[in-house]
Amino acid sequence: MSANFLYTIEVILNGLMAGVMYSLVALGFVLIFKASGIFNYAQGVMALFAAMTLVGIQQGQVPFAHLINAAFGTKIHHFGWTVPALMAILLTLVVMILFAILVERIVLKHLVNQEPIILFMATIGLAYFMEGMGDLMWGSELKTLDIGLPSGGSLWLEEATVGWGAEGSGFYGLFIDKLDIVATGVALALVISLTLFSQYTKTGRALRAVADDHQAALSVGISLRKIWVIVWAIAGFVAMVAGIMWGAKSGVQFSLSLIALKALPVLILGGFTSIPGAIIGGLIIGVGEKLFEFSIGPMIGGATENWFAYVLALVFLIFRPQGLFGDKIIERV
Amino acid sequence: MKLAKLATIGAALAVASSVVSTAAVADLVFPSLSYRTGPYAVNGIPFADGYADYMTLVNERDGGIGGVKIKLIECETGYNTEKGVECYESTKGEGSLVYQPLSTGITYQLIPKATADGIPVHSMGYGRTSAANGKIFSHIFNYPANYWNGASLAINHILAENGDDIKGKKIALVYHNSAYGKEPIRTLEELAKKHGYTFTGIPVDHPGQEQKSQWLQIRRERPDYVLMWGWGVMNQVAIQEAANIRYPMDQFIGIWWSGSENDVLPTGDKANGYKALTFHGTGSDFPVYADIQKHVVDAGKAAGNGDQVGTVLYSRGMYAAMLAVEAARTAQEIHGATELTPAQMRDGMEALEMTEAKMAALGLPGFGPEFSVSCDNHGGPGLGAVQQWDAAAKKWTMVSDFGPSDMEVIQALIDEDSSAFAAENKIEERKCG
Repeated sequence: MSANFLYTIEVILNGLMAGVMYSLVALGFVLIFKASGIFNYAQGVMALFAAMTLVGIQQGQVPFAHLINAAFGTKIHHFGWTVPALMAILLTLVVMILFAILVERIVLKHLVNQEPIILFMATIGLAYFMEGMGDLMWGSELKTLDIGLPSGGSLWLEEATVGWGAEGSGFYGLFIDKLDIVATGVALALVISLTLFSQYTKTGRALRAVADDHQAALSVGISLRKIWVIVWAIAGFVAMVAGIMWGAKSGVQFSLSLIALKALPVLILGGFTSIPGAIIGGLIIGVGEKLFEFSIGPMIGGATENWFAYVLALVFLIFRPQGLFGDKIIERV
Repeated sequence: MKLAKLATIGAALAVASSVVSTAAVADLVFPSLSYRTGPYAVNGIPFADGYADYMTLVNERDGGIGGVKIKLIECETGYNTEKGVECYESTKGEGSLVYQPLSTGITYQLIPKATADGIPVHSMGYGRTSAANGKIFSHIFNYPANYWNGASLAINHILAENGDDIKGKKIALVYHNSAYGKEPIRTLEELAKKHGYTFTGIPVDHPGQEQKSQWLQIRRERPDYVLMWGWGVMNQVAIQEAANIRYPMDQFIGIWWSGSENDVLPTGDKANGYKALTFHGTGSDFPVYADIQKHVVDAGKAAGNGDQVGTVLYSRGMYAAMLAVEAARTAQEIHGATELTPAQMRDGMEALEMTEAKMAALGLPGFGPEFSVSCDNHGGPGLGAVQQWDAAAKKWTMVSDFGPSDMEVIQALIDEDSSAFAAENKIEERKCG
């Protein structure tokens, strides 16, 4: 096979993997939007906060150490122990559940029946609050995330495919990052478990009922507040997963919150209310931007991915304003 | 009677205000345009801490500069150009002596403003490279080295590794797709003509969290060397991706803004051997750090919690502060005054001379190259060195001495670019000497 053809396959494969990483972020947005109609601006910061909490717990960091030291003149930073990765993940999950309860009690409860834009503004405030709170709790220095995830190109795949290239083509075998393979597995497991949860559990059905019609759900005795806590807790869990996958690449730092920017075109394309849409949208964006960068990028100076993802999403928007899998809004007068 | 009372109150207020203004003038004001928040805070914090801690050290240990205390005004820019300009505007009236914007974007905006206001700007190792021409940029300084020096230093290192023959070699530049990242391109293209290597530029958009396409391109094209002009998360991801494709780390060379501990630690052992340029020493084995520990950290007066002392970016912030303090000292000597104006500070910067004896006396023997600034050369000699990351020891090691850059190529570019700037802005060249 020609090297160029094989490189195209490699780009498509890596685009799919990148798309999965985008989908992981987009999933959190979809969950909250679907259940409450809120576009959660704080989703990226939730991923950052979860990852910071995970590293902090794992490394035995004292939360609010800077504040404590400044107030009491102490010099404590660590408890002196480390926590196994799995335990740290579970404890982080507990923190994210507590966070969901607090968000419902302090923010959402007071904004029931308000316009969506008010709720959106509230999440902007929440994002800034969490940025500051994260720094205050765990410090703003770069943190290394190590929970034993594999990284680096798959040697097995490279060796298995190196012979596919024509003689003298200089083809080194197909490259796929092992971390991306894990991320794909995790994303699949997430989507399957979320689908099963929403289809076959009582809470899941209640969640769908709330998503379909708040008023109707309330009239049959479903607690909106309880559902919001559950949804925000699940979104917190998804944010943690996204934070782990992205944080494993770059370390945990403020920039992690910017991964939300990668999810926006995915949401535009896949629709704000569809979990499969988040996955399919992510895959289309991932492959589309990588292929464009590979084929057209060199002719126009490169660095096309950021803007091309939005252009691609807008093209889809022209034909399907509600996104590929979004609900069509019909307003009758 | 009422008039007399009013006159008394008025006189008292006048005296009080004169006392206040005297007190304000009595301090030597050094603004610090820092970024402790936002996507680049991870790097902004240690630099700001190093800058602040050295100023505190001078106050605590020496009683200030020439007996006059330093007043540090910190203003948060978030690495945002607009905020940086706001910081400048809000602090310039405080008697600010010199600005260190720590951002190429902010520096570009401040060049005309600060020049018009008569306040010097020191963009140490960043900013507009052609500002090294003091005849055109009277108030802008970028000693001891600039980006074009950096590009040349990297090529010199590659030349040294290849017996001075790199004809036919492929050299790629992975760069932050911004004014900063594009700075070395022209120099690398000129050097490619001179040395016969093939140059490829590979841009990465802000913030640089996703670089799969760029590194797949590198994997396909297999350049002999990869240079990097990155900042913030772009550095960490690039080093991780280079490790993923098993690119030889000792053939991967970053500019000095891509060579801190933050950049390599997330990649762990796989970052071993990665190289970066530097224009100052590394490690905490310098006497000045013991002084900082004693007079600043242990005294509870550190800007941070003291755990960054001796890291690359902390050291760079400290170095910037030290050069500012020495320029102020020089200004005091030139003008025979202890209190300084920005114009006098500018004179001090233009007459700054850093000798090994002076650095040793400051507790920084061998920390930076010896250099002097002059009316026509605001960029210093452009000396730099290469450091390499030792992942096992988790520290940077110098693998070269401070060496020269190719001023034959660079000076021509500086002259061309600064002349174009002068023509565009109708600036008349100053007479020097």
